[in-house]
This record gives sequence, C-alpha cells and structure tokens, in this order.
Amino acid sequence: MPRGEATPGRVMAQVAMVMNLDKCIGCHTCSVTCKQTWTNRTGTEYAWFNNVETRPGQGYPRRYEDQDRWRGGWELKRGRLVPRSGGRARRLARLFANPELPTLDDYYEPWTYDYANLTQAPLGDDLPTAPPRSQIDGRAMAISAGPNWDDDLGGGPGHTAADPVLEKISDQVRLEYEQAFMFYLPRICEHCLNPSCVAVCPSGAMYKRIEDGIVLVDQDRCRGWRMCVSGCPYKKVYFNHATGKAEKCTLCYPRIEAGEPTVCSETCVGRLRYLGVILYDADRVGEAASVEDEQGLYEAQLGCFLDPADPGVARAAEEAGIPHDWVTAARESPVHALISRYRVALPLHPEYRTMPMVWYVPPLSPVVDALTRTGHDGEAPESLFGAIDTLRIPLAYLAELFTAGDTEPVEAALCRLAAMRTTMRRVNLGQEPDPDIARSVGMTEEEIHAMYRLLALAKYEERYVIPTSYTAEHGSPVDTGCSLEEAGGPGMYDPDGFHTAPAAPPAPGTATAPATDPSGASLAGRLNLLNWDGRGRPDGLFPRQEGPA
Amino acid sequence: MNHLHTALWGVLPYLAFTLLVAGTAWRYRYDRFGFTTRSSQLHEHRLLSIGGPLFHAGLLFVLAGHVVGLVVPKSLTERMHVPEWLYHLNALAVGGTAGLATVAGLAILVHRRLRSPAVRAATSRSDLAVYPVLAAVLVCGLAATATTLEAHPYDYREGVAVWFRSLFTLDPDVAAMAHAPFVYQLHALLAMALFTLWPFSRLVHAFTAPVAYLARPYIVYRHRGSGTRPAPQHRRIG
Ligand code: HEM
Ligand code: SF4
Ligand code: SF4
Repeated sequence: MPRGEATPGRVMAQVAMVMNLDKCIGCHTCSVTCKQTWTNRTGTEYAWFNNVETRPGQGYPRRYEDQDRWRGGWELKRGRLVPRSGGRARRLARLFANPELPTLDDYYEPWTYDYANLTQAPLGDDLPTAPPRSQIDGRAMAISAGPNWDDDLGGGPGHTAADPVLEKISDQVRLEYEQAFMFYLPRICEHCLNPSCVAVCPSGAMYKRIEDGIVLVDQDRCRGWRMCVSGCPYKKVYFNHATGKAEKCTLCYPRIEAGEPTVCSETCVGRLRYLGVILYDADRVGEAASVEDEQGLYEAQLGCFLDPADPGVARAAEEAGIPHDWVTAARESPVHALISRYRVALPLHPEYRTMPMVWYVPPLSPVVDALTRTGHDGEAPESLFGAIDTLRIPLAYLAELFTAGDTEPVEAALCRLAAMRTTMRRVNLGQEPDPDIARSVGMTEEEIHAMYRLLALAKYEERYVIPTSYTAEHGSPVDTGCSLEEAGGPGMYDPDGFHTAPAAPPAPGTATAPATDPSGASLAGRLNLLNWDGRGRPDGLFPRQEGPA
Repeated sequence: MNHLHTALWGVLPYLAFTLLVAGTAWRYRYDRFGFTTRSSQLHEHRLLSIGGPLFHAGLLFVLAGHVVGLVVPKSLTERMHVPEWLYHLNALAVGGTAGLATVAGLAILVHRRLRSPAVRAATSRSDLAVYPVLAAVLVCGLAATATTLEAHPYDYREGVAVWFRSLFTLDPDVAAMAHAPFVYQLHALLAMALFTLWPFSRLVHAFTAPVAYLARPYIVYRHRGSGTRPAPQHRRIG
C-alpha cells in the first residue's frame, strides 16, 4: 500500500453529515421543514425527526441522554458488545410491556387550537379565544411542555439543571457555566455504523442500506414491538401511535438518491450543514465499537474511515461494487475533510458505541463571546488560545457531548478554529501572514485557508457532494444478502417500478407506508376486494391468460 | 343427530378455520402494513406493565394447556402411567391459575382502555368486537374448568378432545361434542367466533411472534432495491 495503510477489509460507503455549531442561530427552520415533509400526519404529531435543542438543556425527549434510565445504545459485557437494554432473550421477554419506553409525558402532548370557537362562540362581552385541544384524545388541555420547552434556557434554571450532561459536571461548574454560555444543537438520526435500533428490532424490520448506509424502517415488516425506540440512545425512532409502526429520520433518501441534500440541509438558514460520502472498513466497525476505554471510541471510529485518495482504497472500493463516481465524491467529500483531514468535527456521544455518522464542529463563538464580554479582544491569538485553555467549563461540557469527557480532542478542534480566525483576521487587516499560528495547531497555512473556504464560503455544490444512487451488484463482496430477494418472492416489486410515475401522495391521516423504499409500482395483478362493488368481473381477480394476446 | 349439531360441530369449525387461514393470508398480502400490535404504551404505561404481561403470560400457559388437553389422547397418558387424579389436579391447578391470570390481565387491560382517555381514543372498531368475544371465551373456559371440581365431572378428554382431534381427520365426531355440557359447547362456539375475527383485528400480531430474532445477527443490512413493495392505497383493517 502506497501510504502504508493496512489493506482495507470490506469497504462500504456512507452518506454522512457534519454540522458547524458556530453558525446555528436556533431558528428551527430545519425542524419545521422536516416536519412539513415527513411528519405532518396523525400519529406523528409529536415526532421531530429533526429537532434543535438549547444546550445546556434537557433535549428532546426530555433527558434522553440519561441511559441509566432509557438504556439505549450498546455496552461492553465481558468484552462483548450487547445492547444496553439486554440481549435477545431479555428483549423478547419484555415484549408485552417494554420497561424502557418513554411515554408521551417524556415528549409532550401535542395540541391544536379550537379555532372554530373564534367564529362560533355566542355573542358576548369577551373576545372569544381559541383554547388548546389535545390531538391525542381531543379534550381541552393545559399546555405544559413542548418539543423545545427550554429553548434559549427558557423554562427556568430547574429545566437547565436537569440536563443529564450537566449533571456529570460538578455543581460549582454548573453555576458558573450557566452564566458563561449556551449554544444550539440540531439533531437528526445519526445513521450509525453500528445501529442499536436495528439490533434490538425483533422483527428485522429495521435495516442499514448497503449502498449508502441510511438506516430505515421497513413499514411492511414492522410489527409495532416498539423496541427500537428504547434501543436508540439518541431517541430518534418515534412510534406512530395511529399506525402502530416505528418511524424515523430517513435522511430524505429520495432526495439523496437523486443527488440532492436533505430538506433540513437545503433549508438551513445558517448554511451550516455538510453532506458527503465517507468510505469505511466495515470489518473494523465491531472492533472499534468494543474499545474498552470510552474516551478511545472517537479515535477508534476515525480508524474505521478510509482515505479515498489512497489508490489502494479506491481499488478495494470499486472491487466491492462501489461505483467510480462514489469514490470520486468521497475524495471531494466536505464531511471527510472536516472529520479526517482537518479534524474539527466530532461525533455526538461516541460512548453510546453506535458509531454515529452525524458529526459536529464544536462552537467557538461562545468562547469568543465570553472573552469579549470580559473586555478582551476575542479574536486576538494570545487571548483566544489562552481562553480555550482556561474556560475549562464549556470545554468539559463539550467534551461530555462529543468525546466521552476527554477534553483534548475538543480543545484541539477549538484551537484549529481559533487559528483559522486569527489567521483570517490578519489577512483582513492586511497584516503579514504568521505561519506559526497554523503550525501551532499542526496545520499548514494552505490547509487553514482551505478549511476557511469550506467553513465560511463554500457554495451549495461544495457543501453537498452527493453522488446519485446505485444498486450494489449482487454477489459482490458487500452483498450480505437478503432472504427476500427471490424474484417474485415476498417483498419484491417490479424493478422498473422505480422509474414509473410515483403514486399520488397519501392524504393526511390515511394509513400508508411513509418510509418504505420508494416505488410507484402498480398493484400488479392484485385486487382490493373491499373496494369491489360486486358488479362485473374486476381486473386481476383471476390470473391473466397465458399466450399471445 | 339433528341437523343443528351437524352444522355446529361438523361444518362450522371448517368454516371458521377456512376464514382464519384465508383471511390471514389475504390480509398478509393485502394489508401487510396493518400487521401490528398497535401498541398503546405511549399513552399509558403503568397499568399496561401489569396487565399486558399478566394477560399474555397466562394466555401462553392456557394455550399450552389446550395442546396437552385436546391433542394428547387419553390412551397416551394412560400408557405412560400418569394417574388420573394427578392429571386432573395438574389441569386444574395450572390451567385454573393461568386462566385466572389471563382473565385478571384482560380485566386490567379493558379497564385501562375505558378509563384512560388517550387509550380509549386509540381504540378501534375491531377492538370493540374483539374484547367482548375474547372475554367471553375466557370466562366460559374458566367456567368449564371450574366444573371439573364437581364430584363426577364431565371428562372432556373422552368427549370434546375426541371431537377436536376428529376434525383433523376430516371425519368430525359430531356426537362426541353434541353430548358435551353446555359450557363446553358455548366455549367452543365463542372460540370459533374469535377465530373468524382474528384475521381482521389486531390479533394477527400473535402470528408474527418474532421467534426468529433469537437466531438473527444483530445488524441487518439490505440492498436499496430490496424493500418491500409500497403499501397500496387502502382502507385500514382492524
Ligand atoms: C406470543 C405471541 C404474542 C406476543 C409477542 C404479543 C405481544 C403483544 C404486544 C407487544 C402488545 C401491545 C401492548 C401495548 O404496548 O399496548 C399486545 C397487545 C395485545 N395482545 Fe398480544 N401478543 C401475543 C399473543 C397474543 C394472543 C395469542 C392474543 C389473544 C388471543 C393476544 C391478545 C392481545 C390483545 C387483546 C392486546 C391488546 C391489549 C391492550 O392494549 O388492551 N396476544 N400483544
Ligand atoms: S441514531 Fe439513528 S441509526 Fe443510530 S441508533 Fe438511533 S435511530 Fe438507529
Ligand atoms: S435551520 Fe440551520 S440555523 Fe436554523 S436551527 Fe436549523 S440548523 Fe440551526
């Protein structure tokens, strides 16, 4: 191998995301557009595939990070990786009532308003109001929680103090920290490399797609055992209480397949989301996820990623059935650059051992703000580097989020961002470039400029480098097979169906499958007897006659 | 042998069975999306965590009891030298306890359905049909078990069980059932009613019990093209 890399085992491709937290203004546009696209139906009122939480804060559902309570993710048991909620037998024994399932109280009771009262209230002295009504049972209700109840540290200190991440840091730190800063954390499903939601699904309805790593729920196979909701430590699987099926973020796969970014990325006001391909070695995932030391998980996951510029990797990828344009895209992937090249992006809660694939550039702005507030020049190199080191509190908090408590990688990432700021400041002020700044964070001046381009200026095509979809060749090394793939067998549809016009969108509230693979396949030969008026011989009641027509 | 008995014990069982099998097969093809427990745990957790396991665990024992009681012929236990009193004590103790647990569990579940507004709102029409029939089957079965406490109880192993096994040889022993006590007859009739409701209600979830999970690797990978066909636009069943 030219670069001394070990021979990659099983190369797989993953469409991954990076969000630059410095730029998030907490406007919730992403949440709303996502909701309008995917979950504006009965049964999913409380489901937010994308949510934006204020940190410190409890998140959504409240206190989802308290894994002693919800038991999501994986744990090491005598060196073996098992779902934290228990192995297969324990899961089956808990089918009839799942002790680790959040109830609607942990989310919120969705509501609407009785608008009719505005026009139909009898004439009186008071202006009529539109009182809130529960969308669950239709009764009048008092609104006491919402998907972002503690937005901007609202809801009082009690809310903020209940943040499970904050609880891990000492009391004194807590108080100081609340005065220090806050930031926003937009979250979607992590489309993990080692998804525990998939692992705990008893019916095998959840799966990771071989071609692009997107984790989906097969709506026709889900039986409503609602184990995945507990299994996901990020609580990004929601139970549709009207259809009795689990639903989750689909990474907008119909858009990704067409080479377009997800709706949340497309509509992000801060333009802080990046989408791109990452090549990784699937054979290393299990080992990396079982690293003993939680703080070693970040490095271990980095170790699974392959360098697409390496000709050996490219060859192995193409042998594994990954098309050439995917390998090219992986080389240009902004996500790969931010994660592996510049090392400024970090995974969210690697200690859950699911190997998440939505990474975050930690926010430097709060540090700059804190400095400026104390009368310093927030962008002067001396004070900024010093501040990162001395503002231990935000550092400890960020480390609990992104590196299982290890402050070193967070500090390194923040220093690289600080180096970028100060370097670019010199450029803007027309000062001499100072290569020492870049060198002090282990980068070159060119790399700093390239990173600046990516983080500050990158246009649409640079932020979203998404090749269009393909289907891995069967029998290729990535083909792990599927029992349903017999032609005409259960679960198969007309392969050309994808190219025919899609079926009409479902009316809100009807029972349809929102997250199965797309296809406008006709009901080839099947008949709906319930809609038959009993007159005449409907098409498809009997098999079609063989032979020339 | 009058015609009514022939109809009830010679024809009806086959109709119910056909409906159960064909109905389930049809629903699986037509409405696979509808195969679900339609869990209501999101709405209410406390009562479900008692009632759900109690009902289902009791039911599993009851089912096992039916297999032993109906399928294993009396001659077999006699040849294995299982004394009559031991067999009946066992049937009464285990069967009775399981039956009581099931009924208690169902009572909790029904109470929850009526009293919790959210669960009540999530109750479908098919639930309204299933719950009374299910309750009636259970109560009748429990009553039948109770009759074995009498001094000279009816021996269902020489009547009902013979009829049940004869159904599978396509030579229904109508007389064996016709002479059974009324509770047994009612229990059997209600059970047949339950089987006809089965495919069209949430009860289909019992047929999809995920036993294969025990032997499956944790992570499932699938190809992009291998998704199941999309659910057709259809009316919801159950
Ligand atoms: C071993 C197979 C079975 C499994 C794994 C199973 C599992 C479940 C689960 C997970 C629920 C949903 C509970 C919830 O969260 O709301 C449920 C509900 C229910 N099951 Fe089963 N079940 C099985 C067999 C049966 C059978 C054989 C029957 C009846 C003859 C039955 C009758 C019911 C009923 C009536 C409910 C509704 C309970 C309620 O919410 O009121 N189940 N079952
Ligand atoms: S974040 Fe997504 S892929 Fe990961 S465990 Fe949760 S639902 Fe599964
Ligand atoms: S749209 Fe962008 S800026 Fe607004 S909340 Fe979402 S991620 Fe943040």
